[in-house]
Amino acid sequence: MSNPAELRYTAEHEWVSVEGTLASVGITEYAAQQLGDVVYVSLPAVGAAVTAGEPCGEVESVKSVSDLYSPVDGEVTETNTELEDDPSLVNAEPYGLGWIFRVRVAQDGNGDAALPTDLLSAAEYEELTKSAS
Amino acid sequence: MTSFAGWQMPLRYGSETAEHQAVRHAAGLFDLSHMGEITVTGAEAGRALDYALTGYLSAMAPGRARYTMICAADGGVLDDLVVYRLGEQEFLVIANAANTSVVFDELRSRASEFDAVVTDATDDYALIAVQGPAAAGILGGLTEIDLGAMKYYSGAAGSVAGFPVWVARTGYTGEDGFEVFARPADAVAIWDALVAAGTPAGLIPAGLAARDTLRLEAGMPLYGNELGPDLTPFEAGLGRVVKFDKAGDFVGRSALAVLAAAEPARRLVGLTIQSRRIPRHGYPVLADGVVCGTVTSGAPSPTLGQPIAMAYLNAGPGADDAVLAVDIRGEAVPAQLTDLPFYSRSR
Repeated sequence: MSNPAELRYTAEHEWVSVEGTLASVGITEYAAQQLGDVVYVSLPAVGAAVTAGEPCGEVESVKSVSDLYSPVDGEVTETNTELEDDPSLVNAEPYGLGWIFRVRVAQDGNGDAALPTDLLSAAEYEELTKSAS
Repeated sequence: MTSFAGWQMPLRYGSETAEHQAVRHAAGLFDLSHMGEITVTGAEAGRALDYALTGYLSAMAPGRARYTMICAADGGVLDDLVVYRLGEQEFLVIANAANTSVVFDELRSRASEFDAVVTDATDDYALIAVQGPAAAGILGGLTEIDLGAMKYYSGAAGSVAGFPVWVARTGYTGEDGFEVFARPADAVAIWDALVAAGTPAGLIPAGLAARDTLRLEAGMPLYGNELGPDLTPFEAGLGRVVKFDKAGDFVGRSALAVLAAAEPARRLVGLTIQSRRIPRHGYPVLADGVVCGTVTSGAPSPTLGQPIAMAYLNAGPGADDAVLAVDIRGEAVPAQLTDLPFYSRSR
């Protein structure tokens, strides 16, 4: 399993990709494998305010349902409506077509995205999943 | 992998949906070695089982199998079982893994007045199931047993891939298929032989997750969900397994006779859901907004393309005429009452 080095990760198994102040969010390949076949993703509403570490949706698989946590603070600008027709994209391409939502992240004093300090690097996230399994 | 009744079990090998579809359309291979095997042997083995279980096992011919139950004195279900008659004085009782010790203790105690010996033989058997429309063709190439002549719920001793086995035409998927009881030391070689023979026909290994959605579509109960000590065979819609016409007393008889004459306190039903959200074990069922029952099992049905569930509805007026819904984490999702099973294969 390889987690893209350019992404940041959370202990709740989300990934986040930040360009400027726009963050794209999905769940990791590890999470998708643990869940099994994803059959439904409850997406946050566009325009909704999300808070880092708070649930903002659900990922439902054949055997379980899990909360989807936002890794960042901000406002949802877009959701992956492809998932409504084909939730299995989360399993097939967790870091690509299986992305889930995008957030306009609050800015810090320099106009940069104000990201939580506890986001993990790919290496740190791999350590976490290794010790869990 | 997942922990299951003290065993490490594969929940899935790849995609559980693909594994489910392989069983419906080609074949799936299951490692069911966790299931409990208990032998009952001796001159009165059949009579001992007649007394211990709800079924009429002494009337069964050697080579046949029955689905039956072991009930407590109050009529509650301790386990559901498949019993094979291997010979005139030899029966093989298959128990759910989590219940094997309970079933073994009860059988030994209930058989104590009979000329019969009860042995927990779980460690003597590996169990491999080949299930699906291609199963007979795949297994047929590895055995001298005439599978074409083997009726549903029958079995025979013989060999598979050169190893001694007991093969039965039984399963828990709603498809044609076979269960192969083998010596544990031979199991890997038999598994590998079945994979090699079956892969060209579309056989893939299948895990517990697919097994659960397959049995749910087929309307088959799972102990711990649809069956338990607080539930009766009649509530589960399985009163047919209680054989009141057999000779002699059996454990639970008087309580079961009373239960059979009364309307059950609840009944097991099928529900279909017009939503992507899944009704799951323990979720409340609502009739016109009022709680009227509980979901016991739920899953997305690959065959129907929508979520399905089994649920117990409390007895009383209403459910058939009411607007039903399942409370899925706070949202009342409309549900339709459906006959069980959700799926039956064309024969």
